[in-house]
Amino acid sequence: MSPRRTPAPPPGELRDSLPFPKAAKIELANVQQRANLRHATHTIRAKRAQVVGELDDWEALRTAGAQIKDRVLRNLDDYLEQLEASLTAAGATVHWARDAEEANRIVIDLVRATGQDEVVKVKSMATQEIELNEALERAGIAAWETDLAELIVQLGHDRPSHILVPAIHRNRSEVREIFLEEMGTYGEAAPPDLDDEPAHLAAASRSHLREKFLRAKVAVSGANFAVAETGTLVVVESEGNGRMCLTLPETLISVVGIEKIVPTVEDLEVYLQLLPRSSTGERMNPYTSMWTGTTPGDGPQDVHVVLLDNGRTTALADEVGRKALRCIRCSACLNICPVYERVGGHAYGSVYPGPIGAILTPQLRGLGSKVDRSLPFASSLCGACYDVCPVKIPIPELLVHLRHKVVQEKAAHHEVHAETAAMKATSWIFADSRRMEAALKLPSFGGKVLRGRLNHFGPLPYPASLWTTARDVPVPPSESFRDWWARERGGQR
Amino acid sequence: MTSAREEILGRIRAAKQDLDLPPVEVDWVYGRTTGDPVHRDHAQVVDLFVERVEDYQAVVDRAGAAEVPGRVVAALQRYGATSVVLPAGLPDDVVAAIRDAGVEVREDDHLSPAQLDEIGAVVTTSAVGFAETGTIVLDHGSGQGRRALTLVPDIHVCLVRADQVTTDVPEGLAREVDSIRAGQPQTWISGPSATSDIELSRVEGVHGPRTLHVIVSEG
Ligand code: SF4
Repeated sequence: MSPRRTPAPPPGELRDSLPFPKAAKIELANVQQRANLRHATHTIRAKRAQVVGELDDWEALRTAGAQIKDRVLRNLDDYLEQLEASLTAAGATVHWARDAEEANRIVIDLVRATGQDEVVKVKSMATQEIELNEALERAGIAAWETDLAELIVQLGHDRPSHILVPAIHRNRSEVREIFLEEMGTYGEAAPPDLDDEPAHLAAASRSHLREKFLRAKVAVSGANFAVAETGTLVVVESEGNGRMCLTLPETLISVVGIEKIVPTVEDLEVYLQLLPRSSTGERMNPYTSMWTGTTPGDGPQDVHVVLLDNGRTTALADEVGRKALRCIRCSACLNICPVYERVGGHAYGSVYPGPIGAILTPQLRGLGSKVDRSLPFASSLCGACYDVCPVKIPIPELLVHLRHKVVQEKAAHHEVHAETAAMKATSWIFADSRRMEAALKLPSFGGKVLRGRLNHFGPLPYPASLWTTARDVPVPPSESFRDWWARERGGQR
Repeated sequence: MTSAREEILGRIRAAKQDLDLPPVEVDWVYGRTTGDPVHRDHAQVVDLFVERVEDYQAVVDRAGAAEVPGRVVAALQRYGATSVVLPAGLPDDVVAAIRDAGVEVREDDHLSPAQLDEIGAVVTTSAVGFAETGTIVLDHGSGQGRRALTLVPDIHVCLVRADQVTTDVPEGLAREVDSIRAGQPQTWISGPSATSDIELSRVEGVHGPRTLHVIVSEG
C-alpha cells in the first residue's frame, strides 16, 4: 500500500461509536475539553444574543426562514428539476447521488478526469457526512482542508466536534502544539517560535495553505444555499479560504444536499440575515460568495454540482421528522445546548452533533446502530434549541417523535427498551446525581436538576450553599463534589 | 437500471404524498428598507455604514468626490504598497493619480494566482453597500475586476459612493437581483478576512486581504 497523503483520522467508523450515554461518560472525564467548550459556547451565546437583539423583525425573519424551507420541501422534486435546468443552462454539469458511496465515486471520477491528485476543500458538512476525504485518500487523491478549524482537526488526526467550529474542543495552546508538530509533514512548517496568540496561529495557517491555494487545480466545496431559479450557489465563510477555493482552481466540484434549495434570489435576503447572526454571532460574516455556473474569464470554467440524497428523502417521508430538513447548519442549537456544552460533539458519533445531530443523524442513517438509537435520548428536552433555531425547527418535538420510533424499533426486535438507562445519560451529564446526593444528603437533588434547573445549581441549603452563593457555579459534570471542592477551595483552606 | 436522478425524484414523490397541498405561503415582504426610522435619512444611513464597517477593523475614509484620487494614493502609501493591480473600468483620474505617484501599476492581463500573489494591493469600485451589516457588495462589473483580483493581494482599497449605500440586506440585495439573474458572481465583504475558529474570538487576517481600506465618497 502506498503511504497516506494526508493525516489519518482516528480509526473506526463513526456509526460504530459507543451509544451516547457511554460515550458521554468518557467525554465528561476530559476536564480540559469541558473547560474549552464552556468558554467557547458562552462566548458565542452572548454574541448571538446581542446581534439578534438588534433586529426588531427577528421573529418575522425566523417565520419566513421556516416557511420558505417548508415551501421547498413540499415541492422538492419540482425545485430540484428547476435547479438542474438552471445550473445546466449556466454551464455547470449536474450529477445525482443516491448515497455517500455514489457521491464519492462521482467526485473521485471527476478529479481523476482532470489528471490531478490533490484537491483543496472548503469546509462542508455534506462532504464530512459522506466521508469524502477518506474516500479520496483511498483513491490516491489528497484532500486538503483549508478552513482553519478543519485544518486543526485534520492535522490533529482528530474528528470534528461542532458543525461550524469543528475544533471548538481545542484551545489555543493545543492548536499551537498541533501546528508545530504536524504542519511540516504536509507542507510549509509552522515558524518554530510560534506562540499561542490566535492571530499568530491564523497567520501560520495563512502561510501553510498559501502554496496549496496557488497551485490547486481542483477544489471541492459544499453550498449553504442553492437558488433553484438561477442555479446560483452560495458559500458563507470568514477567512477567505472559501473564496480561494471557489475562485483560483480550474475545476470546482460542489456537493450539495438536496434540501439546500431556496426558490428565488430574493429569498437569500432572509437567510443571509438569519445565518450569520445565528452562527458566529456577527451582523455579517466576512465573506459571502455566489456563483452561477461558469463566468467567462472569472473563476473555474469546469463546474460540477453533485446533488446528494443520502437519507434525506427518508427524512422527507416522515411528516414530523422532515422539519429537520429546514436546517441551515448555523450551530446555534449546539451552542445553547446544556448537554452539548458538557459532553462536546464527539459523543454523538456523527458529524452532526448537538440537538440537530440528535434529530438528523438517526433520520439520515436510520436506527440500525446503537449510537443512532441512543441519539434521540441525548437531550433533557429543555427547549432552548427551539428558541434559538433560525428556521424554527421544533427540536424537542422531533426528539420525542424519534424516541417513539426507537421504542417501536426495539419492540419489533424484542429488545428490552432501555429508556431508563438512556435517560440516565442526561443525569450523568448534569451531575453524577447518586454521588452528589450522597455527598449532599439531598434526596431530591437529581430530580430537581432534571426538572429544569439545567444550567446552574440554584441556591441550596448548607453545606452546599457555601459554594452556590460564592459564585454562579456551573454544574460540575462528572467530577465528583469532593474533587471539585478540593480543586476550587483546597488552596484557600 | 433507474438512474440516480429518477430514483431520487421518485423517492421524493413517494415521500410527500401527504403534501399534495397548495404551496406554503411565505409571510414576508421582500426588498424593504429596514431599520430604525432614524436611519432612513440617507446621511444617517451612510454614517451607520461607516460605523459598522469600522466595527470590523476596516479603515474608512470619507472624502468628497474630487478628493478620491488623492486619498487612494495616500492609502497605498500608508500601507507601503509598491505595486497595485487595477481592474478595467476604474475611474481615469484614480488611475492617473496612482501612476503619477510612482506605484507600479499592473493591468489584469490574465495574471496567474502566483503573479497576483506578488502584487501588493488592488484598488476597485464596488456595487452596493449595506449599512446595518457594514457589508460591501462586489458584482465584479466594470471597475471591480474578476474575483481573484480582490482576493490574492493583501491590501484592498475599495471605493464606495454614498449613493450606493442602502439600509440593509433586503434593500441592497434588491438592487443586485438583476445582476445575479444575469449570471454575474457576487462577493460580499464585511471587513478584512477573519476567523473565529480559535476559542470563538474573532481575529482579523487569514487568507483574504488583511487590510481593507474603504473610501466613501460624497458629491
Ligand atoms: S437545527 Fe436550527 S439552530 Fe440547529 S443548526 Fe439547524 S438551523 Fe441552526
